[in-house]
Amino acid sequence: MSGATLITERSWGEGDQEFRASLGMWVFLATEILFFGGLFLAYAELRSQNVEAFDEAGKHANFFFGTLNTILLITSSFMMTIALVCSDKGDRSLLRAMLLVTLALGVGFLLCKGLEYRSDLQEHLGPGRNFPVRLPAAQAFFAMYWAMTGLHAVHLTVGLGVVGRVWLIARRPVWPENFHRTLHVSALYWHLIDVIWMMLYSIFYLVGRAT
Amino acid sequence: MNQLFLFPPAASLEAKGVDQLYFVMLGLSFAILALVFGLIVVFAWRYRAGSGARRSKLPGFYAHEMEIGWTLATLLVFLGIYGWSVEARQVHWAPPHGALNVRVVAKQWMWKFEHPSGAREIDALHLPLGVPVRLDMTSQDVIHSFYVPAFREKQDVLPDRIVTLWFTPSRLGQYAIRCAEYCGTNHSLMGGEVYVVTPAEYARWADRNADRSLPAAGARSFAALGCAGCHEARADLAPRLADLYGSKVALEGNRSVLADDAYLERSILDPRADIVKGYLPIMPSYRGVATPEEVSALVAYLKTMKSGRTP
Amino acid sequence: MTDATFDAVPERSSSAPSYLEDGHTVASWLFTTDHKRIAILYAAGITFFFFIGGAAATLMRLELVTPYANFLSPDEYNRLFTLHGVIMVWFFLIPSIPAVMGNFLLPLMIGARDVAFPRLNLVSWYVYIFGGIVTLYSLVAGGVDTGWTFYTPFSTMFSNSHVLAAAAGIFIAGFSTIATGVNFITTVHTERTEGMTWFRLPLFVWAMYATSIVMVLATPVLAASLLMIVCERLFHLPIFNPDTGGDPLLFQHLFWFYSHPAVYIMILPAMGVVSEIIACFARRQIFGYRFMVYAMIAIAGIGFFVWGHHMFVAGSSNYANLVFSLLSFIVAVPSAIKVFNWTASLYRGRITFEAPMLYALGFVGLFTVGGLTGLFLAMIPIDVHVTDTYFVIAHFHYIMVGGSVSAFFGGLHYWWPKVTGRLYHEGFARFAAILMFFGFNFTFFPQFIMGYAGMPRRYEVYPPVFQIYHVMSSAGASVLAVAYLMPLFYLGWSLLHGERSPPNPWRATGLEWQTSSPPPKQNFLVPPRVAHGPYRYHAEQDPSDLAEIDSGR
Ligand code: HEA
Ligand code: HEA
Ligand code: HEC
Ligand code: CUA
Ligand SMILES: [Cu+2]
Repeated sequence: MSGATLITERSWGEGDQEFRASLGMWVFLATEILFFGGLFLAYAELRSQNVEAFDEAGKHANFFFGTLNTILLITSSFMMTIALVCSDKGDRSLLRAMLLVTLALGVGFLLCKGLEYRSDLQEHLGPGRNFPVRLPAAQAFFAMYWAMTGLHAVHLTVGLGVVGRVWLIARRPVWPENFHRTLHVSALYWHLIDVIWMMLYSIFYLVGRAT
Repeated sequence: MNQLFLFPPAASLEAKGVDQLYFVMLGLSFAILALVFGLIVVFAWRYRAGSGARRSKLPGFYAHEMEIGWTLATLLVFLGIYGWSVEARQVHWAPPHGALNVRVVAKQWMWKFEHPSGAREIDALHLPLGVPVRLDMTSQDVIHSFYVPAFREKQDVLPDRIVTLWFTPSRLGQYAIRCAEYCGTNHSLMGGEVYVVTPAEYARWADRNADRSLPAAGARSFAALGCAGCHEARADLAPRLADLYGSKVALEGNRSVLADDAYLERSILDPRADIVKGYLPIMPSYRGVATPEEVSALVAYLKTMKSGRTP
Repeated sequence: MTDATFDAVPERSSSAPSYLEDGHTVASWLFTTDHKRIAILYAAGITFFFFIGGAAATLMRLELVTPYANFLSPDEYNRLFTLHGVIMVWFFLIPSIPAVMGNFLLPLMIGARDVAFPRLNLVSWYVYIFGGIVTLYSLVAGGVDTGWTFYTPFSTMFSNSHVLAAAAGIFIAGFSTIATGVNFITTVHTERTEGMTWFRLPLFVWAMYATSIVMVLATPVLAASLLMIVCERLFHLPIFNPDTGGDPLLFQHLFWFYSHPAVYIMILPAMGVVSEIIACFARRQIFGYRFMVYAMIAIAGIGFFVWGHHMFVAGSSNYANLVFSLLSFIVAVPSAIKVFNWTASLYRGRITFEAPMLYALGFVGLFTVGGLTGLFLAMIPIDVHVTDTYFVIAHFHYIMVGGSVSAFFGGLHYWWPKVTGRLYHEGFARFAAILMFFGFNFTFFPQFIMGYAGMPRRYEVYPPVFQIYHVMSSAGASVLAVAYLMPLFYLGWSLLHGERSPPNPWRATGLEWQTSSPPPKQNFLVPPRVAHGPYRYHAEQDPSDLAEIDSGR
């Protein structure tokens, strides 16, 4: 063999880290969209067979909490975007504050959701007896409601962990060199959670009220 | 024990078409296999390492043109057999009028049949030769599948839905019924026999076993007058009627009523009088449509309707 | 013939130990982020699961020798075929080629140091094993009796077996599949070495890329449908229960929307492996490289729109059935292209018949049989008769066992020297390959005949007229079992005592052969550069072909 130089740990295979991370995240978001997509499809199929029951049941979804939660999440996404801008501009303290607000809004969302679930259960909208809507198919609406909002809440909890981690890193005196990438990728995930909620909002809280 | 059992007998008009298609596909497949295997063997021999075959550059045509050629050829063959298979099935879409209508109920792990005369049988099905038969099938629990290999016919049977299957038996004899959709422990034991008999024999059999009771007549009217079309279709179109008798029904306008004989009769003759909560007043009145005998038979039948679902 | 392509491989220098020598502790394996070691971890996992699934098949075949229930109760039999299907599909075949060979070879073939996300790669393995353990728990706890298809309402309202644990296990394993897919897609996009353009990628890499796309887009839909099963079974949310507006067919749509693409997850990697092997042992560039690439992409894409062919008798609309039938024919066209191109690649080659080539040729033949019978099933009138019979069982075993598993064994032998640095015993290997081919046909061909004769699947007790076929099938299965067990011994022996392999024993051209066997931890000592396509085989025959090959036709 010729006097080949050994490749050192760093030089080769490092590639474009930023591109790699965000491509990976986008592909992952595609799977998330299909995950919820399967459920949206199920919803659409069931609704197409029980239009009236679904509209009727939609009137029982808690409009107040649903709307409040929508506002909370949209605001949080906005805060997240400000945080991104801060990172570009190097405004560290505002960035930390914005991340904290995002987290707080997310926690607020979960609290509201909990209250909403409690009131739903008090109205017997959960599985079990004494379902208040006479049309039996309304129960399918609420089955999808519980499954999809529950899954969304799980995602939001994960999202809180992801953003919380970024916040912890942001508090360090010296940011690691890949901080911007971490922030960017985490923000993508947070926005996805927001977008999915918007769709849930329209199929569970708005549909029944439009008619 | 037995000689090689290659094909089930073809005992329905439909079976012949299926067999024809199958044989042509077999022929085509063997031709393709001969081509592919043949080429592989020939090339493997001729171009084995160390053979003296010529190996210079490929001639020009042996590239894109050929590739496009065989792609298009394959596509054409595929479209051809697709078209033929569609054609073969299309005549089979809608059952003809006047087909013999047998109701089928599947449950873990048996088949129940009910003939127009009211004759009932379990795991056995008598059918007349040469008469189109239409099966209206439903399941009381999981999904089953009604399969008679000799007829080359199969249809999944779903809970809470009526699916139909139709065919025309074309050969006398006794043929196996099997359940083809996995349905739990005794799936492999869920079967029975079809007996294809002459029409005269069938008429005699159906008459001998006819059910002349009032509820049975009511059940027939229930199908004949179209009640099933709403009440056994989707639960949000019209209420389920099983277990109705003797229960308390919530009506529109926050009233409620006990479902007794009078209520049932009123519901049929004057449906607008009491509208069940959550439903639209779409049920037509059967006054003048159904004879008084039919109405009393219907009521009798409704009283016997019990939900068969195992909890 | 001193073409640089074959011989310019640096000997391993003492300063760069092979990946196998780089650490000998258990921890150095269990916490490795080296894609090659992770591949070995996966290999251990799938081998284990293959023998579990195979043991279930053995018991089933034994029981089916007679038409009566002999030593298994109906419930036990039902649990066995469920276990067999679940383990073989999700814990053996889906991870087999992608997670073992893909992991090992993908970075090597594109000249990368590692995959894009090495730590995620290790996490995928742990997730896979965890999913496997949960699924095995459901088996130990008493088993699942729904079939691998989990049809509702049986699975949600009637079965009293451990559906939840099994569904959870598959759900978890799904994350592993998705992570692998994300990793591979990103790797192919970002880690290619200098000069490795898209149309210089080996077909195996293209196959992994297409497979990864299907994994990433289809698996979440399986996750969604399993989640709904859990919701209905655990929380009594009535999604599939028709009494309360649910729809049992909904589950079938979602399940097959995943599972049909999933069958392509199981065949595309095999196609990639076979393309590599045929090119190498025919000493010939793959005929119609570009068409082969387009065909794989087409299979991956169109494959998402044919799921309805599993539901011709399920009670969906006639029009939907017509469309699904047509699309099933369309998706078969690219497979036909591939079969013809493999055959044409032999033309004017310089063919030798080592074990990998025997497996690859076996693949082409058996895949063709399986695929052609797929066309029978795609025709509605025939499918109405043979759906849910042994005809279907034979169809998919021809493709998945005759096709994919053969390709797996072919790849295993082909890359064995690269992975282990040892040569295996060629005589035993050829014998096993031939035995596998005959044992396979012996096992599954009779199933076509009994299927058309009306023998339903998932039957423990069956009409005695079919016994003769079942006996043949069981006899064949025992031959097959021997053929599958053999490699365990001679490959194991080679691991310990086999002759040391040179870097490129097959004189093959891909990048993976241009480093030592086994490769060093960082894969290449000199960052490789690529100046031409992957299959420069004619070079040794007719240099004037080179220009044509390099022009990338
Ligand atoms: C790796 C797995 C794999 C692959 C690649 C395929 C490939 C195909 N499959 Fe298969 N299939 C399964 C695995 C697979 N299948 C499984 C597991 C099931 C059952 C699941 C269950 O119920 O448990 C199933 C079931 C199944 C059904 C449903 C049967 C039923 O339950 O009723 C159908 C129906 O259309 C079908 C069709 C096809 C077709 C058309 C192809 C095509 O892609 C095949 C294309 C290939 C070729 C056609 C061969 C090469 C072509 C030529 C040489 C061209 C020349 C030919 C001519 C000109 C005629 N398959
Ligand atoms: C990748 C997938 C894969 C693979 C590799 C196999 C491999 C085999 N399968 Fe599989 N099979 C499926 C996927 C697969 N199968 C699926 C999805 C189903 C449908 C399930 C359902 O209906 O839900 C099915 C169903 C199925 C049935 C139908 C059951 C029924 O409907 O009633 C049969 C019957 O013969 C069968 C046989 C075999 C045989 C003989 C092998 C052989 O190739 C296996 C050979 C391997 C060995 C034999 C291993 C050797 C190990 C040993 C010998 C150790 C033995 C140890 C002890 C006994 C302790 N399979
Ligand atoms: C066009 C659809 C339609 C047809 C056909 C129809 N029904 Fe009805 N039926 C309804 C609807 C909707 C209701 C609920 C509203 C109401 O009370 O009128 C109903 C209610 C009833 C009730 C009261 C149910 C309850 O829960 O208290 C009975 C009994 C009944 N139908 C019997 C019959 C019989 C018997 C026939 C055939 C002779 C029949 N229906 C035909 C739509 C129909
Ligand atoms: Cu009923 Cu299987
Ligand atoms: Cu399919």
